[in-house]
Amino acid sequence: MTKITPEDRAVVVRFAGDSGDGVQLLGSQFAESTALSGADFSTFPDFPAEIRAPVGTTFGVSAFQINLGARRISTAGDQPDVLVAFNPAALKVNLGTLPKGALVILNTGAFNARNFAKANIEKDPRETGELSDFQVIEIDVSAQTLEAVKPHGLSKSDAEQCKNFWALGCVLWMFGRDRDPIKQWATKKFGTKAPEALIGNIAALDAGHAYAETAELSAEIPQFVVGEAPMEAGQYRTITGAEALSLGLAAAGELAGKQIMFCGYPITPASSILHYLSRMGELGVATFQAEDEIAACCAAIGASFGGKIGVTSSSGPGIALKTEAIGLAVQTELPLVVINSQRGGPSTGLPTKTEQSDLYQAVYGRNADTPVPVLATAGPGDCFDGAIEATRVALRHMTPVFLLTDGYIANAAGPWTIPDMDDYEPILHGAAPKPVDDPVELKKAIWDRSGQSLGRPWVSPGMKGLAHRIGGLEKDIATGDISYDADNHQKMSEMRAAKVAAVADFIPDQRVEQGPQKGGLAVVGWGSTHGAIHRAVSVAREQGLEAAQIHLRWLNPLPKNLAELLAGYDRILLPEMNMGQCATLLRDKLGIEVVQLNKVSGQPFKVSELVEAIAANLPAKANVKAAE
Amino acid sequence: MNAPLTAKDFATDQEVRWCPGCGDYAILKCVQKTLADVGADPDNTVFVSGIGCSSRFPYYMNAYGFHTIHGRAPAFATGLKLSNPELDVWLVTGDGDGLSIGGNHLLHVLRRNLDTQIMLFNNEIYGLTKGQYSPTSRPGTRSPSTPAGSIDAPVSPCAFALGANAKFIARGIDTDAKKLSPVLKAAREFKGAAFIEIFQNCIVYNKDVFDDFVAKKSAAENQLHVEHGKPLTFANGTKGLKLNPQTLALEIVNVGDNGVPEAETLVHDETNRTMAQMLISLPMATYPMPLGVIYREPNAPSFNDAFWKAHATQGKRTGKVADALRKGSVWTKT
Repeated sequence: MTKITPEDRAVVVRFAGDSGDGVQLLGSQFAESTALSGADFSTFPDFPAEIRAPVGTTFGVSAFQINLGARRISTAGDQPDVLVAFNPAALKVNLGTLPKGALVILNTGAFNARNFAKANIEKDPRETGELSDFQVIEIDVSAQTLEAVKPHGLSKSDAEQCKNFWALGCVLWMFGRDRDPIKQWATKKFGTKAPEALIGNIAALDAGHAYAETAELSAEIPQFVVGEAPMEAGQYRTITGAEALSLGLAAAGELAGKQIMFCGYPITPASSILHYLSRMGELGVATFQAEDEIAACCAAIGASFGGKIGVTSSSGPGIALKTEAIGLAVQTELPLVVINSQRGGPSTGLPTKTEQSDLYQAVYGRNADTPVPVLATAGPGDCFDGAIEATRVALRHMTPVFLLTDGYIANAAGPWTIPDMDDYEPILHGAAPKPVDDPVELKKAIWDRSGQSLGRPWVSPGMKGLAHRIGGLEKDIATGDISYDADNHQKMSEMRAAKVAAVADFIPDQRVEQGPQKGGLAVVGWGSTHGAIHRAVSVAREQGLEAAQIHLRWLNPLPKNLAELLAGYDRILLPEMNMGQCATLLRDKLGIEVVQLNKVSGQPFKVSELVEAIAANLPAKANVKAAE
Repeated sequence: MNAPLTAKDFATDQEVRWCPGCGDYAILKCVQKTLADVGADPDNTVFVSGIGCSSRFPYYMNAYGFHTIHGRAPAFATGLKLSNPELDVWLVTGDGDGLSIGGNHLLHVLRRNLDTQIMLFNNEIYGLTKGQYSPTSRPGTRSPSTPAGSIDAPVSPCAFALGANAKFIARGIDTDAKKLSPVLKAAREFKGAAFIEIFQNCIVYNKDVFDDFVAKKSAAENQLHVEHGKPLTFANGTKGLKLNPQTLALEIVNVGDNGVPEAETLVHDETNRTMAQMLISLPMATYPMPLGVIYREPNAPSFNDAFWKAHATQGKRTGKVADALRKGSVWTKT
């Protein structure tokens, strides 16, 4: 039996099959098992855009990738070391991603003429030499599963459904894992509802495990030895970005002592936030599915006027529709959280693929001078804090706030230290004034902005003695009455700019995450590239290539010390999943030049391509140092 | 005890900026007086509007007000009313705002039956943008954008509302406060979306466009004031509507000495959707204009009530995020 201790202490496993093969369930259960083993991990599901694509086709392939290791893991991995392919189509679409020497487990039960035809494969790839660089293990998973499940009286089609559990059993053996937690989970899930499925799945799980352990073939099936990762003590759970963001909004409501009114409209990849929140009623959350994106934003603003925390969410095309309403929230100085789960564009673009190309839209994308604070989340767990911070700023400054996330973060998952809610400060806002008789004094009190944040008191209909009118027309800076006065408009425009600039007084200084505090190369990133950049900079530094990592949470305004901090480096490398939007922003706001690294393939950055870029961009001095 | 509020108490210190003679003045006065009559609380009343002449309305009402963006007032009102169902929410819109750019939102606020009063000021023209034809303009309307006359078929606001499954549909005339005020009161009492089409005279761009039935001298002849349980008669009771069972159409009949007995005319049943459909669809040229509460289905649940009833905890915060974070599979690293 071969025991493999992976070189860089991590293994990337990818499960791929038809949408109906249960690949996502297989992957998520393997991830659960990984969590219990003490290894760190990061997962990424890769769904087809079609809902029920024809069986056996390449565009119907659903995949789940997990990177697990005895070290801290920050991405779902560049290339699979292990591929489990349930049919020829799954092999075909993933073949190009495999490194030399990868282990490929094929379900030969699906390798037949019919499935080759469906996947447009002319010749059985097992016979063409295409697989000669890999270690291939052929198992008729379909037949093995039927065999194992047959004694329990399941129909052939029901029995077929158990093959993901068979494969799971096999993989659990490969990683030396305990089956009991999976069985407990299955009992809970299927127990009383589908007792036959439970029996079948457990039989398949055991059979897969036994097969790997005892079959003659098992000499070929290697076992991976991955130890525990050094992780801080604490309570952990697995979380996706969408779930963390939803819980973060609920937490923000709790911290503010207010209800969250989430108004959305279905759009990929943002819908999962609506789904999660619609199940969080007991946490002071209510959700409204509006008739369109515009209505969703308007209803959220209406809710904010009514004293609830209005939140709306979408992806780029939907945000475009909300734009006019966001301007109204700026003009009326109402709080609003706008979440953008970015995806590939323009137009409908690549709905299920990730991109960071709505930064211009968030920072610059409105008519007139309409500044809005913008922040971005760096990873799945970080969405929790991002949502709290966005809400805090919205209420403190009485402004809409853009919270940028993306399709990758929304669906990716990893272990997350469960935060202690006592560590968070309450979320505050300007209190409504006391009613006064003089109508002019009353208006002035309603628009009396805080000297620090420029946030005005939050006054809502129903409050006694404070009736007033708000609207989209320019208003007098003191009384809020309609005003077309030239000087006043100048003052109001300056006030709106100053308000967003004031956010910088409340956010922490930009810190250097790793590497030198100045000199040489700084890799600057924002949003979901964090994991890949983090790993790449670590790897580069291990290789003696000195580079620093700086990751931006705030894009508008930028942290006050950022200009000085970045000026201390000889060169800035800025990888982003767009054509250079953050690069433009830094050029615009700080007047600095950066080396752009732009990727718009719909796929996240690979660590290897970032390490290469770091090596290629080291300033001369740093290179010399590395050579020494 | 405070003295009861008067119409004046519902006026603001803002100078009203509609054109002299605009029908909006009369509606504003009527609404202010109606709210005073019913003892409304300005602090609990909100006027939400979109864009257009009519949408300036909130600035002139001493209540809470929100002048929003073009066509979207129903969406703002939905978020507002859901966030505080105790509020008395009024929507002010026009034929352009409500039926052109905002047609979608009007459809949905009506079908959801949000508890709000929707006043649609119909003047069959775009006023604030200086006189272009609107979705309710009659074919052939000459305007800056249609010098040869408009060619599109107009939409009937009440037919639109009925098609959207509105549960309260009424009509009134800007200057006829005596008849409009009771309609507004009924709309306010109605627990759902109450749609009121108000014929409003744009004195600058579409002067007297409704004179066919509004002009005083022929009003009795050309207006049919419907009232639940009362016969559908007009022209001082000398004419009425009768259903022709062969054609399933309403016909005008003479009532009294020269015609049929009043008992043979149709009696208005505001809960009868078919009757509402027939009244709304009467051709303007040959029939009187039905006014008043045409349709009312009082027992449908309002959206705001249903929304919170369906909510897992009826809007109460019963759980803690700290517990929610620990739901499911949790493990500890030491």
